[in-house]
Amino acid sequence: MKILVPVKRVVDYNVKIRVKADGSGVDTANVKMSMNPFDEIALEEGVRQKEAGKATEVVAVSCGVAQAQDVLRTALAIGADRGILVETDAELQPLAVAKLLKAVADKEQPQLIILGKQATDDDANQTGQMLAALLGWPQATFASRVVIEDGKAIVTREVDGGAETLALNLPAVVTADLRLNEPRYVTLPNMMKAKKKTIENTTPADLGVSVESRLKTLKVSEPPARTTGQIVPDIATLVSKLRNEAKVI
Amino acid sequence: MAILVIAEHDNATLKGSTLNTVTAASRCGGDIDILIAGYQCGAAAQAAAEIAGVSRVLVADASHFADSLAENVAEQAISIAGNYSHILAPANAFGKNILPRVAARLDVAQISEIIHVCSPDTFERPIYAGNAIATVQSSDPVKVITVRTTGFAPAAAGAAATAIENVAVVADAGTSHFVARDLAKSGRPELSGAKVIVAGGRGVGSAENFKIVEQLADKLGAAIGASRAAVDAGFVPNDWQIGQTGKIVAPQLYIALGISGAIQHVAGIKDSKTIVAINNDPDAPIFLVADYGVIGDVHELVPQLIAELG
Repeated sequence: MKILVPVKRVVDYNVKIRVKADGSGVDTANVKMSMNPFDEIALEEGVRQKEAGKATEVVAVSCGVAQAQDVLRTALAIGADRGILVETDAELQPLAVAKLLKAVADKEQPQLIILGKQATDDDANQTGQMLAALLGWPQATFASRVVIEDGKAIVTREVDGGAETLALNLPAVVTADLRLNEPRYVTLPNMMKAKKKTIENTTPADLGVSVESRLKTLKVSEPPARTTGQIVPDIATLVSKLRNEAKVI
Repeated sequence: MAILVIAEHDNATLKGSTLNTVTAASRCGGDIDILIAGYQCGAAAQAAAEIAGVSRVLVADASHFADSLAENVAEQAISIAGNYSHILAPANAFGKNILPRVAARLDVAQISEIIHVCSPDTFERPIYAGNAIATVQSSDPVKVITVRTTGFAPAAAGAAATAIENVAVVADAGTSHFVARDLAKSGRPELSGAKVIVAGGRGVGSAENFKIVEQLADKLGAAIGASRAAVDAGFVPNDWQIGQTGKIVAPQLYIALGISGAIQHVAGIKDSKTIVAINNDPDAPIFLVADYGVIGDVHELVPQLIAELG
């Protein structure tokens, strides 16, 4: 069975982002970029399933600028067998990415596609679900456990009050939540070995997909600032302020 | 211009998230219809019919909707989507799971987690864990939107019941099956809509020590939450997690105990009216967002706080 894992290059989650003064967007020039943390978890899951003998090949795919190659190299170092870069400088929104991934899936014919549940830049939480709908496949989002058996994926997913378990007929789409696994560290020997693995290049035009954006960003602004708080010396003062100043108790 | 709200319910009752979503719908301008896709869901439909400002309740009642499988609920919404300019659902595990399928099949964008409606085609939404707010405009013929429930007051319930109609039920997709559910039952308020929340972080130290968090919560009639660190350390269940990828909350009072205040956690609490932090690290970033901070050991200070509250 082949597993396809889409991975996104995003601003590193530790970076404190700044909104550009002209309100046109977030300043991403010269900031550290990394693989979306949820995609790392998705990739780790794919590799573990292969190591457990449930899959024969893990293919990583990334859509975006040429530098997304770096994220694919990391994916290969973690254990993906091959990488695919769908290269474009265009702004990519989730619907366009889902269409690109569908085209890749139509060619690659995976039985399972694992994505991170959301990207930490746009926080959209859509691509996996959109891809599943375009493919006509079942989905299990926010997965905390995936078991493959008898042509099905048995997935435990995190929901608002706890967890639920679904059985999906393969082929299926799963989106990874935080607790699915803890990704391994990329070791230098694996980075070196990864250089021998192939990354295939393609474009939206090659795949026959139009990636036009549907949403126009009119402006990006800072969130309203909270007023500066105060350190209080003891609990008695805290309670007094909460009662008399903030009036919340 | 009419708006469809996909209701979250458990067949017997309507979830509060539906009421906040109806308010967001009312800002989009147009008649509001509610879709109840469920099994033996007459009671939920009746509750939906009594929400102020709703025109019609559309009911799809069949056993394959019993567990809100995304493949089925999405197809049901798609089957009636042609009548609507906007389709809304809450931005929680329920709505986030289902709505993107609707958008993709209608070949339109989804606008996730709106916090404000500027106009029927323009919305504000948080990005980068809420460290920036994007104002986006959609040119699609149908706007598919998930709603951050803490951004909108709940619509009033208990109005005179409006019309309830049955709609043609779509077939079971048959590709996914519900196996089991494990939901915590608690006498405490639910996190999402709670007015007061007490949350514990790694500084609480252990699952055993979370008792002090619970005692303070009981004293205040509060819901209980946690940081990711506390969940990962095994102190508390995962559905207690508050943050960018957990629950977003906006209570009147949020008390953070032994929580350092990482960006991702703060993302989940920044719309709280009053934030209190107790932590023994004076450099903890939580103090930058707290209205009131007390530096000290939670194990000493929380019992004092409980006593002081009488």
